[in-house]
Amino acid sequence: MMENPWFSVGKPEHRIDAVAKAAGAVRYTADYSVPGILHAKLATSTQAHAKIKSIDVTESWKVPGVRAIITGKIFPFHIGPILADRPPLAFEKVRYYGEPLAIVVADHEYQAKRAADLIKVEYEPLQVVNSVREAFKTDAPLIHENSGQYMKIISNVYPVQGTNIGSHIKIRKGDFIKAWENCEYKVKETYSFNLSDHAAIEPRCVRVEINPTGKVVVHSTTQSPFTIKKVLNQFFNIDVGNIIVHVPMIGGAFGGKGTVQLEPLAYLASKAVGGKMVKLEYDREEDLITAPGHIGLEATIALGTNKSGKLMAGQYTYLIDSGAYTDQAAGITRAAAIDCTGPYNIANVWCDSYCMYTNHPYATSFRGYAHPELTFAVERTMDQLAKIIHMDPVELRTINAIKPGNSSPTRTTLNASNIGDVSKCIERAKELINWNEGARKETAEGMIRAKGISTFWKTSTTATNAQSGAILKFEPDGSVNLSCAAIEIGQGTKTILAQMVAERLKMDINKVHVTMEVNTQTDPHQWRTVASSTTFLAGRAVMNAADDAIAQLKRTASIALQCSMEDLEIGGGRVYLKPSPEYGVKIEDIALGYKFPNGHAVEGQVVGHGRYIQRHLTPMDKDTGFGKPGPWWSVGTQAIEVEWNPKDCTYKILKALTVLDGGKIINPMTAVQQMRGGMYLGLSFASHEGFQFGTDGTVLNPQLRTYQLMRFGDQPADYIVDFIETPAADGPYGARGIGEYGVIGMAGALANALSRAAQIELNHLPLLPEQIWNVRKEFKNDSV
Amino acid sequence: MIPFDFEYYRPESLTEAVQTYETLISQSKTVLYYSGGTEFLTFSRVNQLYADAIIDLKGIPECNVLELQEDQLVIGSAVSLNNITESNLYPLLGQTVKKIADHTSRNKISIGGNLHSRLIYREAVLPLLVADATVKLTGNDGETVHPLKDLFNQELKINPGQFIVQINISKDYTTLPFVSLKKTKISKVGYPVVSIAALVKERQIRAALSGVCPYPFRSSEIESVLNNSSLTKEEKIEKAGTLLPSPIIEDIQASRDYREFVFKNTLLETLEALEAAQA
Amino acid sequence: MISNGTSKTVVKLHVNGETRDVMIRSADTLLETLREQLGLTGAKRACQNGDCGACTVLVNGEPMHACLSLSIETVNQPIMTIEGLRNSSIQQEFVDKWAIQCGYCTPGFILNCHALANKRPDADDETIEEWMQSNLCRCTGYQEIKEAVKSVLQNHKNDSAS
Ligand SMILES: Cc1cc2nc3c(=O)[nH]c(=O)nc-3n(C[C@H](O)[C@H](O)[C@H](O)COP(=O)(O)OP(=O)(O)OC[C@H]3O[C@@H](n4cnc5c(N)ncnc54)[C@H](O)[C@@H]3O)c2cc1C
Ligand code: FES
Ligand code: FES
Repeated sequence: MMENPWFSVGKPEHRIDAVAKAAGAVRYTADYSVPGILHAKLATSTQAHAKIKSIDVTESWKVPGVRAIITGKIFPFHIGPILADRPPLAFEKVRYYGEPLAIVVADHEYQAKRAADLIKVEYEPLQVVNSVREAFKTDAPLIHENSGQYMKIISNVYPVQGTNIGSHIKIRKGDFIKAWENCEYKVKETYSFNLSDHAAIEPRCVRVEINPTGKVVVHSTTQSPFTIKKVLNQFFNIDVGNIIVHVPMIGGAFGGKGTVQLEPLAYLASKAVGGKMVKLEYDREEDLITAPGHIGLEATIALGTNKSGKLMAGQYTYLIDSGAYTDQAAGITRAAAIDCTGPYNIANVWCDSYCMYTNHPYATSFRGYAHPELTFAVERTMDQLAKIIHMDPVELRTINAIKPGNSSPTRTTLNASNIGDVSKCIERAKELINWNEGARKETAEGMIRAKGISTFWKTSTTATNAQSGAILKFEPDGSVNLSCAAIEIGQGTKTILAQMVAERLKMDINKVHVTMEVNTQTDPHQWRTVASSTTFLAGRAVMNAADDAIAQLKRTASIALQCSMEDLEIGGGRVYLKPSPEYGVKIEDIALGYKFPNGHAVEGQVVGHGRYIQRHLTPMDKDTGFGKPGPWWSVGTQAIEVEWNPKDCTYKILKALTVLDGGKIINPMTAVQQMRGGMYLGLSFASHEGFQFGTDGTVLNPQLRTYQLMRFGDQPADYIVDFIETPAADGPYGARGIGEYGVIGMAGALANALSRAAQIELNHLPLLPEQIWNVRKEFKNDSV
Repeated sequence: MIPFDFEYYRPESLTEAVQTYETLISQSKTVLYYSGGTEFLTFSRVNQLYADAIIDLKGIPECNVLELQEDQLVIGSAVSLNNITESNLYPLLGQTVKKIADHTSRNKISIGGNLHSRLIYREAVLPLLVADATVKLTGNDGETVHPLKDLFNQELKINPGQFIVQINISKDYTTLPFVSLKKTKISKVGYPVVSIAALVKERQIRAALSGVCPYPFRSSEIESVLNNSSLTKEEKIEKAGTLLPSPIIEDIQASRDYREFVFKNTLLETLEALEAAQA
Repeated sequence: MISNGTSKTVVKLHVNGETRDVMIRSADTLLETLREQLGLTGAKRACQNGDCGACTVLVNGEPMHACLSLSIETVNQPIMTIEGLRNSSIQQEFVDKWAIQCGYCTPGFILNCHALANKRPDADDETIEEWMQSNLCRCTGYQEIKEAVKSVLQNHKNDSAS
């Protein structure tokens, strides 16, 4: 076979957006302004749980420039992506600190802010539910009195009326109770962490206008433009066709821009001023606490093995802190159940995953969608189990690694293509972190160096009909435009898609122009840009579109060259005869149809279109969890090496390592970027982050000053990334998703490393020196 | 963005500044001096601070001095923290202020603003307290010079209308052995759990602390314990812990118990670092 | 004495080598004026509180959080934004070293790095860290940014040596 000189897949092609970004020339949503645009600001709740007795806007109206003030009365209905339980503006009561209460629209943002600050709200405080454990108690105050009446948008959600349970997902596989009785070794531990935040550096922002013909035009920092259309249609009765959503490049999202919060607010605001364009740009404080964040969790895991350490039974109770509303936390609750065991083969599984209402800011998807969270709990349990069995923790993982032929907790049968190679990842990670040279040692300076390992998996839980489409349109110079509604959030998706086009059309990647912005009116439908599904879904659609374009090009060329289409091949910007490649026609001469020397023209422009939809996915059975939730699992192993100072409990992260089986890697450099970034995000979450709540449910650290992220210099001295490329049979070029994966095992690996270093069990995040010190102190007290 | 409007004045002399203040006050306005402005900007955007007018002191030559004048180091109140560090004229001060905020912010934060900050930390005061600094103020009664310790009791006690022009430190102090330590919750950029500046003068340790109590302080009781050669290091630390001017604080940076642990560790580190200088 | 009342006034700012008229409130931060009046949106608004560095610009060659300055304060001072830095080797290094993902933090990092290279061409790792700690990046994990910064400083050294 002839070597393809224009290959692009597998090559570290430079990101197509990097030069413009380095020049500061990319305009993100908040960077656009037009004269006459109006500005909206929110008045938000200063209480975590209270009845709203009155809202007085008299003083606010006195501020010059104020054009409209609206409160929850204007839209006293509930919305939501899974369960419709959230009023866009609180009415009757507030359920979290920072909840939107009113919107002021004014000529200038500062005027809107001044007026919003002058709104007087009279509250009648209610008892605050400040943790999932409190929420779970039978006599807990109710946050939603009528949760049983909320409309279900997606079938797999089960609120329990009269409780704070927003949803309850069960897995019942095998016979856990019997198997547990027969286990030789057992461990049962509890883990927890508070809600935290995505803290993308770009805060959320939206502009909405309603033009006189009734078209609602939205510009937003969103990962889900088509969901915005759906929400505005479903809850605000606007024809889907009348809603146009524009999305420029996004300044980081991490799942936080996947759900819909600002758009309905800005829509209501625009409506209140006769459809004029209104911009709503969150301040950091709002982005942290008013906008949805990352779930909190309390998990209890019981694992049992036989004599030889083979896992026989696993019980998992996840109390997910979804905050005041279920939003995507209801989906996360489901995802936590689907993959509850981690990548281990366990025949008897019992899982109760609860989405719990509390009076905390609400939560939505976060990179990893339940997996960084459950993996932390599972991997800590594995390490503690290994200790009980006196087995090397890596060995314990290896002998229990899930394999083709096994079944997942929801009883999906696994095969080499849909699961990848867990054992190989473990083996490779063990080598790269030099596990055999010792997992804990003291240095000459009295520091402790210790390693921790964590294995993970994740299926991409999309809607069962999640899909993508792509259009390829040619220029008269033979170059090609790709439009596809996959959103560039920094993950490099547009570059990857360009590579696939170049590869398929065997052309120079510089001749592939990708539309960076998304416009729902002109781009084909795309489910969302979440769940590491984009390379897969959009990739398949793009390949499909390329095939379509190739067929059209060949058809025109066959006329021009007077041969059959079967004789033709495409490559290097030409369509040529297979047997005599020198005989052919340039794409530029047929891109807009072929013109004979006499002026007659045939065929017309080439417009390739392609699409892809998930197949054979099913929802889960309510009582047992049985179902097929995702197309494939990406699996991997991560490891951390720390240097811990026993004197003051501070530590440095020396190494962070990921071995991922992500199928074929389309772009090794963007893939490494994704892994490092993911590791960083996971480490920052595990070591630094989390909201701190006052006893009244207020957030005490609503600024980046006090909600601290890892900074330059705090990162591991060394990031190691390696890929095992077991192809996914139906992935584009064998690719699986990789976007979320770097983050998943980090909390588990870091907690395992630090637990080993300090010789204590660290089961709560974040792993602040104070936390380690505290656990050590208790441990010492216990042991005397 | 700042939701309210205010007037801005940048006088070019001390008298102009004072006069501007007097004029504005006579119009019943709320007036604030403004130097780096970082506190003013970050507090007023969240409505924790309000002014009808601000007077920016950066245009006043006296407030921008940073030099040795005979045996005195003179630091204008508007000098940025980075300039102090880079000048290396008083290394203990330079090293201490280098730990405040982040490098870029320190191009803006001024020493005068830090001394008069509303936050409980005011870490720049620590090296000044141990060096018996004096402060030149100006106001409607003209320029006055005060020992810092007379003005600084938990916070800077100056009259409305007065502002710091300069800080003076006797040159002798600038070359003494010192240690500056700051411990945070986790990040290098962040408020202190414990911050300490200490130096050794005539074999005697002088130390000032921030972060431990609800204000920065220097305590002669604690110093005499630290300098009591009949005590072991451990005893000194234990004892010092009982002599704090207020109970140890508890906040989102750290719990009381953990702060105590960090305080003791930091004190130990301090004693160890200064051991040689004391011998 | 420079002064400004509570109503809007026209002042001149020196930005990227040009003198520009802007109409400001005393309360407008430099960040707001650059973005809203001059369209220099390379300076990003991300915390307005001095915590993230996304708004970094150079004032008198020094990196400053544009959110921590009033516009009126910067009258008569040379200001440089990312738009004033065209095709610099620093920008190229950030591209070449894969130091850019979403790009939102990028202008701030690049300007800070530019100032570092000018002011402290011989910066050691500790100094690099001290300076760069002013900027948050949520996407990259800092490794590639570190490589880019180091390479910029190295190139600078090589340039001045030759
Ligand atoms: C990102 C960031 C991180 C921070 N981290 C820390 C930290 O770790 N430790 C710490 O201690 N602080 C920290 N701070 C707070 C910081 O110290 C204050 O914002 C700063 O010290 C204020 O100085 P300024 O010159 O900017 O003050 P301004 O805002 O100008 O003034 C502050 C106060 O001082 C008054 N004032 C100004 N000049 C004078 C004068 N000459 N005489 C009398 N009064 C005057 C003003 O009226 C005002 O009340 C941080 C700030 C930021 C932005
Ligand atoms: S926006 Fe200025 S530092 Fe964050
Ligand atoms: S590249 Fe996204 S924040 Fe740095």
